Amino acid sequence: MTALLEVRDLRKWFAGPRPGPFRPRAKLHAVDGVSFDIQRGEVLSLVGESGSGKTTVGRTVLRLARPDGGTIRFGGTEITSLSRDALRPFRRRMQLVFQDPYASLNPKMTVEEIVGAPLAIHEPAIGTAERRRRVEEALSLVGLLPSHIGRYPHEFSGGQRQRLGIARALILRPELLIADEPVSALDVSVQAQVVNLMLELKERLGLTILFISHDLAVVGHISDRIAVMYLGRLVEVAPTRALFTAPRHPYTEALLSAVPIPDPMVRRERIVLTGDVPSPLNPPSGCPFRTRCRYALPACAEAPPALREMAPGHWKACIRDDIALASPVGVA
Amino acid sequence: MMPEAVTDRGALPAALAEDEILAVRDLSIAFQTPAGRLAAVQDVSFTLRRGETLALVGESGSGKSVTSLGILRLTPRAPFCRITGQVLLRGRDGRVRDLVALPEEAMREVRGRDAAMVFQEPMTSLNPVHRVGEQVAEAIRFHEGLGRRAALTKAAELLELVGIPDPRRRLASYPHELSGGMRQRVMIAMALSCEPQLLIADEPTTALDVTIQAQILDLLRRLQERTRMAVIFITHNLGVVAEIADRVMVMYAGRVVEQAPVRPLFGAPLMPYTRGLLRSVPRLDLAGLGREKLAAIPGTVPDPLDPPPGCSFAPRCDHVEPGRCDAALPGLDLARPEHRVRCVRWAELAGGVA
Amino acid sequence: MSGASEAPIGLAAAPAAAPRPRRRDGALRRFLRHRLAAFGAGVITLMVLACAIGPYLLPFTDTEIDIMQRFAPPFSGPHLLGTDPLGRDILARLLMAGRISLSVGFSAMAISMVIGITVGLVAGYYRGWVGMVLMRFVDAMLCFPSIFLLLAISALIGPAVGSIIMLIAVTSWMEVARIVEAQIRALKARDFAVAAEALGASDARVMLRELLPNAIAPIVVAATLNVAHAILAESYVSFLGYGIQPPTPSWGNMLDNAQSYLTSAPWLAIIPGAAITLAVTSFNFIGDGLRDALDPRMGGR
Ligand SMILES: Nc1ncnc2c1ncn2[C@@H]1O[C@H](COP(=O)(O)OP(=O)(O)OP(=O)(O)O)[C@@H](O)[C@H]1O
Ligand SMILES: Nc1ncnc2c1ncn2[C@@H]1O[C@H](COP(=O)(O)OP(=O)(O)O)[C@@H](O)[C@H]1O
Ligand code: SF4
Ligand code: SF4
Ligand SMILES: [Mg+2]
Ligand SMILES: [Mg+2]
Repeated sequence: MTALLEVRDLRKWFAGPRPGPFRPRAKLHAVDGVSFDIQRGEVLSLVGESGSGKTTVGRTVLRLARPDGGTIRFGGTEITSLSRDALRPFRRRMQLVFQDPYASLNPKMTVEEIVGAPLAIHEPAIGTAERRRRVEEALSLVGLLPSHIGRYPHEFSGGQRQRLGIARALILRPELLIADEPVSALDVSVQAQVVNLMLELKERLGLTILFISHDLAVVGHISDRIAVMYLGRLVEVAPTRALFTAPRHPYTEALLSAVPIPDPMVRRERIVLTGDVPSPLNPPSGCPFRTRCRYALPACAEAPPALREMAPGHWKACIRDDIALASPVGVA
Repeated sequence: MMPEAVTDRGALPAALAEDEILAVRDLSIAFQTPAGRLAAVQDVSFTLRRGETLALVGESGSGKSVTSLGILRLTPRAPFCRITGQVLLRGRDGRVRDLVALPEEAMREVRGRDAAMVFQEPMTSLNPVHRVGEQVAEAIRFHEGLGRRAALTKAAELLELVGIPDPRRRLASYPHELSGGMRQRVMIAMALSCEPQLLIADEPTTALDVTIQAQILDLLRRLQERTRMAVIFITHNLGVVAEIADRVMVMYAGRVVEQAPVRPLFGAPLMPYTRGLLRSVPRLDLAGLGREKLAAIPGTVPDPLDPPPGCSFAPRCDHVEPGRCDAALPGLDLARPEHRVRCVRWAELAGGVA
Repeated sequence: MSGASEAPIGLAAAPAAAPRPRRRDGALRRFLRHRLAAFGAGVITLMVLACAIGPYLLPFTDTEIDIMQRFAPPFSGPHLLGTDPLGRDILARLLMAGRISLSVGFSAMAISMVIGITVGLVAGYYRGWVGMVLMRFVDAMLCFPSIFLLLAISALIGPAVGSIIMLIAVTSWMEVARIVEAQIRALKARDFAVAAEALGASDARVMLRELLPNAIAPIVVAATLNVAHAILAESYVSFLGYGIQPPTPSWGNMLDNAQSYLTSAPWLAIIPGAAITLAVTSFNFIGDGLRDALDPRMGGR
């Protein structure tokens, strides 16, 4: 396998609020040195609490935001600083699915216009009849009916709208799909429909997926590998099963332990983290997790720990190797 | 099937039993919309004991929020929304009142004093232009008639109770200066300010991260042990239900479709919708082990303006039997002690599973 | 696309019946329920029709001088609304003046909308220094009392119908620019605009196909109010003698001519005054009605 996407030391800053009336704006490190690869045909998930920088990673990788540092290589080509025009051929090869199925579809457009927009942009030469045929094909791919083609978004349910968003993303047959919390806004029963759909499409079309979510149960079901994010950094990257059965970073341990399990017979000791996620305007020195970590040592404050490979494919950014972490999932 | 002699807490006693805080009977709530009459909640009945937690689960739009808003009469006024049925609440003074029939004046005193509510979005339910301390103190002063200073002192105590560090200083913060988890704690502090008998929490943790959600659930559990208040907890998250509920009420298209103590509900669900819901959640313990398809429930909820005849789950049900399921609305049968289900085929289906 | 022969994926989910389409005539119904707006729309329709075909049906033209009938009061003889100091038929003049005043109103509106929408669109879309410069310019323009500006420039360049239209247009596009800028700025942050950008859509496509149609409601409202403003501005300037010049009649210069006879022949002022008032208030009513009708929050759900 070759890496379809290689991200190295990605950084993105935003201008924060002014600390005082005449002081310069603070710098908000939304993404602070993130590196990962995605192999062709792989599903890599990015998990983390809200504000940890998941969306920013996704949008920066797609070059919807300009990175402030690091490199992004897509299919072997560096796209970090390509101009808008130079990016256009890459746009059709990587697509985005949004979290909010209501906000991401233009309310004034019909299904045909929405799902056909990528064709209008990238293949303007094809005729109306051909475009319609391909829109219908994309609709049936995601389980909608060709007869839905003339409708407007408000005539669909949340799950159906999310299918429309997926159809729009897939009509050009992209290689990479970045799905930013595609099921978070959906009901549990409908969530399962969309997760199944994405997995089937991946098999059928050989898609590579960057799946962004905060729901560990969904992520555990859909991904090959998982990257855990905290305050703009990756703290652990591992194959799915390994992450669930043998987490190596204290934050992952706490995250897993906090997931409520839908079985009233299970009563377990839970690690309740104290305090809130620190503000990215003013992150702690050293390890970003140290303000909430129950294993923290004075040495943790010295420098941000680098990702180290502890087992094949299993990386963590924590200086302590002498701790045994618990998992709510039994070892397989 | 069970003989008729089983105890039936869903059946309607004449008044509130000794340890009961709330009894809702045949509660129906309908909105007048430009497109017609929308029956958002129909014939909902349940009771709640002191110290007990009832979880309300169901699809988006199934009437969970409207039920809870209706209990406190926070739905729009008369021509736009009509409430029928009975909501008997035991007040802090021990008196039982029917909230549906109460005049608006008296209702205002009940809210906050006898029953309080916490909403999903802590940002929109706090007023952005007032300091947190003033808002909490305001709630206390309205019901307790305390002075400003005394109310602020009590507010600080409450913030401490809900686990906000440095509460004295936090009184002077504005809502936007707090994180989502802290805002939700403030909301809970406000709701608890007058030690209500009943707390209604409408998805209080949905907007929060799992680690913060764990903190809030922990907090609610500790507070409930202390005050013995009854809690109605609305959520989409079955994991949360398993963790905090004593009993569960599943709603679908405005009706109760299953009602049971938490263990039988998870262990031996009877209604096909409940079963589908439980099966569609990906299991944490199977994470990373192959990709079985999730057991999704096909389709979507019916249009509330145009409900199907008979069982409202029929269009999505695997076990639908034409002629039987769509003939008439199935009744809410008492299947086991304290376990009610609205499905004509529950007995046959239970044979296969339970 | 590769294989066109792919069967639909066997989803567990059969495509669900979508919720019924909501009634789409809601806006029209709400507009008509707004009594004043319906009244305004009726009045404007009548006025336009009367000014368009009325003059052909009258026995007099607007320039025909009937010396014997000077200062005839309304409803007193062959001249339905009376005559002016030269003995010209007032009804004929009123209708011809209406043609001028209404077309000045509509044309000035159209031009000011084009300017305002363009500026607002560009400023709202590009933000940054482009947006800042444009919006500062809008603010600067708004600081001038536009009537002053109008009077000053028209005194300078000598008035004709075309130049009056242009002048009114260039002094009344700023509100529109502000409205559009605010709308576009908000819409641009919405996911569907980001989606279009992620697809590689050009700026023009995002602005014109994705964003602008979503801002149409406030634009339509602003356009109606702008017609009212333009009619009023034209009357004002002409009344002061700097606008449309006689013998071409306009409601404004008819008022101007009536000044000397306010006590002896008050109808000379009352009739064009009433026409102006009626037109302006009708457009304002229409604007209010549209605002309510196009705002979905008024619709219940
Ligand atoms: N003010 C209102 N006017 C008209 N209809 C309403 C109003 N409020 C709610 N409804 C309708 O009542 C039904 C029940 O809504 P409710 O808010 O109780 O759902 P819910 O179960 O809380 O859903 P969610 O899980 O999304 O919060 C829905 O069909 C909804 O559209
Ligand atoms: N356009 C923006 N301007 C300023 N700050 C932003 C912007 N977008 C995101 N941020 C900040 O960057 C951080 C990461 O945000 P985001 O990537 O959206 O996180 P996530 O998707 O993990 O919830 C947050 O602190 C957020 O407030
Ligand atoms: S480096 Fe220290 S503070 Fe950070 S996770 Fe490891 S033990 Fe905890
Ligand atoms: S009544 Fe019929 S359709 Fe309804 S849940 Fe039971 S089996 Fe399914
Ligand atoms: Mg995000
Ligand atoms: Mg709700």
